[in-house]
Amino acid sequence: MPQNADQSQPVIDEAIFEHLVGLAAFHLSEQEKAYLRRELNQQLRSIRELEALDIGEDVPITSHGVPYSGATAAPLREDEAEVCPIADDILEQAPEVDLRYLVVPDIPHEELE
Amino acid sequence: MSTSLCDLPALEQLRLIKSREISATELLEAHLARIDAVEGRRPSTDAYTPDPEDLKYVHAFITVTRERAQAQARAVDEALANGQDPGPLAGLPLAVKDIFCVRGTPSTAGSRILERFVSPYTATPVARMEAVGAVMIGKVNMDEFAFGSSSESSAFLPPPGNPWNPAYVPGGSSGGSTAAVAAGEAALSLGTDTAGSIRQPAAFCGVVGLKPTYGRVSRYGLIAFASSLDCPGLMGREVRDVALALQVIAGPDPYDATAAQVPVPDYLTSLEQPIEGMRIGLSPDYFKLKYPDPETGEIRERGIAPEIEAAVWRAAEVLAGMGAEIVEDVPMPHTRYGIPAYFVVSRVEAASNLHRYDGVKYGHRFEGPVADLGELYRRSRGEGFGPQPKLRILMGMYVSAEQYEKGYYETALRARTLIRRDFDQAFDPQGDYRLDCLLTATTPTTAFKIGDVYGDTVMMQYADSLTVSANHAGIPALSIPAGFDSSGLPIGIQILSPDFTEGRLFQVGRAYEIATQDDPWRQETPMVVKSLEGG
Repeated sequence: MPQNADQSQPVIDEAIFEHLVGLAAFHLSEQEKAYLRRELNQQLRSIRELEALDIGEDVPITSHGVPYSGATAAPLREDEAEVCPIADDILEQAPEVDLRYLVVPDIPHEELE
Repeated sequence: MSTSLCDLPALEQLRLIKSREISATELLEAHLARIDAVEGRRPSTDAYTPDPEDLKYVHAFITVTRERAQAQARAVDEALANGQDPGPLAGLPLAVKDIFCVRGTPSTAGSRILERFVSPYTATPVARMEAVGAVMIGKVNMDEFAFGSSSESSAFLPPPGNPWNPAYVPGGSSGGSTAAVAAGEAALSLGTDTAGSIRQPAAFCGVVGLKPTYGRVSRYGLIAFASSLDCPGLMGREVRDVALALQVIAGPDPYDATAAQVPVPDYLTSLEQPIEGMRIGLSPDYFKLKYPDPETGEIRERGIAPEIEAAVWRAAEVLAGMGAEIVEDVPMPHTRYGIPAYFVVSRVEAASNLHRYDGVKYGHRFEGPVADLGELYRRSRGEGFGPQPKLRILMGMYVSAEQYEKGYYETALRARTLIRRDFDQAFDPQGDYRLDCLLTATTPTTAFKIGDVYGDTVMMQYADSLTVSANHAGIPALSIPAGFDSSGLPIGIQILSPDFTEGRLFQVGRAYEIATQDDPWRQETPMVVKSLEGG
């Protein structure tokens, strides 16, 4: 867990916050940014309660509470292609459609290093 | 106590319909009239200016599906007239949390980003209830994407009010559901519980709320928040009503691989069997826990509200009087880590689930000019999401970032293992405690005033301190009414039991109802209903 000796200092500083906002694809007002960053740092104070746990890698991870055994897990369905009977209803929900294709603006390209 | 048709338990309404003493249409019209009387102005995404008048009304419904419901009620009446059985929920008015997709109806999740989304399909729990005669009367308000414990974060405002005093929150995120049931606007409601979102509002509104075992009820058609924690469940005015409805919605579903292949027992048959000999535990870790000081925000150890603690002890006495064995001092030492672990696990899963909203396939799209697809995403998501989804996405991305994941996410998932072990040890038939159930308070406090906590996301999250562990562990839990505090606000107590033993919860809950049926507090009527009678 990232350590921060001075608990009064925010862990999520402006640079980290802006990075997260970029990844999350949000356009935010300055007022929103101030509120969100303050609350994120408040929440981290609570999360740090987990530091009190003496927890080692011998404690397994639980990805969901109820154990699934072969007897209780649903069998996998056959992987078969089926015609979707509600395709038009689904397309009706799209903000912009052209000849049953979803319309998107230009996709930006960038060189990956 | 109100004697109106709308305020009768669902089973009694059902009896009246099946005996043809009233028609499904009459029952529906009585509920629609109640909705018209107590709802106030319809919540919307328009710019919201609070009005003191709003604090007199319930504002539970985002959409009232009046004509659709009238057609369903007519179908029930026609079936009965033709000598057919419409099913075990024949004619019962059902309010559905707006996080369930229902074909042909707006399904918003309380968010502007889904404001105009009309679902092309129906969620399995709704489909199962409608197939056996339930009449869906509308879609009810909730915290945006179920992110909250007061229902104030909805994009559809005014927020729901608590029928016992509409200046107070009904809890959340299924606050519209519990408010609708408490106010007699619906006989039953379908909601979801990710950290306590059924049980906490049930306690705040004085109704019964069940979070079933994870996997007991299909999540197909549920707009996802945190997929390993989300649990569809039920709210009603009596334990029997909830048992009746669980019978209908429980069981495997080919559309949800996490819906367990576990047989569904007959809940109603076992409901009133004696609880004699049952071992019911009390844990000090549920009376005193770490949560923020309301004044300073500092997280410190505090006791739950004394009136709520007294209600738990009183319930233990009542159950002991019916032959249960009360086992005190059961250690549940990892309860205090429930909220910190939830802050991590739920945010990671929420961030993953909310990336799908992009303004392209469905949902809100920014209408101004954009330079490229990236700007369309940023503008659409910036406008469409309120502050709570944004916070959850940002936190989820932070704690699952490569450099922090081991520290935060893995630690939280291991804490989840320890929480589960607490329950396994308490319920172990060969263990030290051999509990059938654990009895706790549902919430550390009763309902708070609208506006008092909203905005402080840490304080709000700790409203789920006593409920979240059941979600981490996956076990079932039931909240039942247990009286009122000195302000006249309902108190809820919680019963927890091992995986797939919902029948045991109903048995204990029903035993408590029977033992307290003549208590004076059972005669109380919600303020919004009382004001109608007075008028």
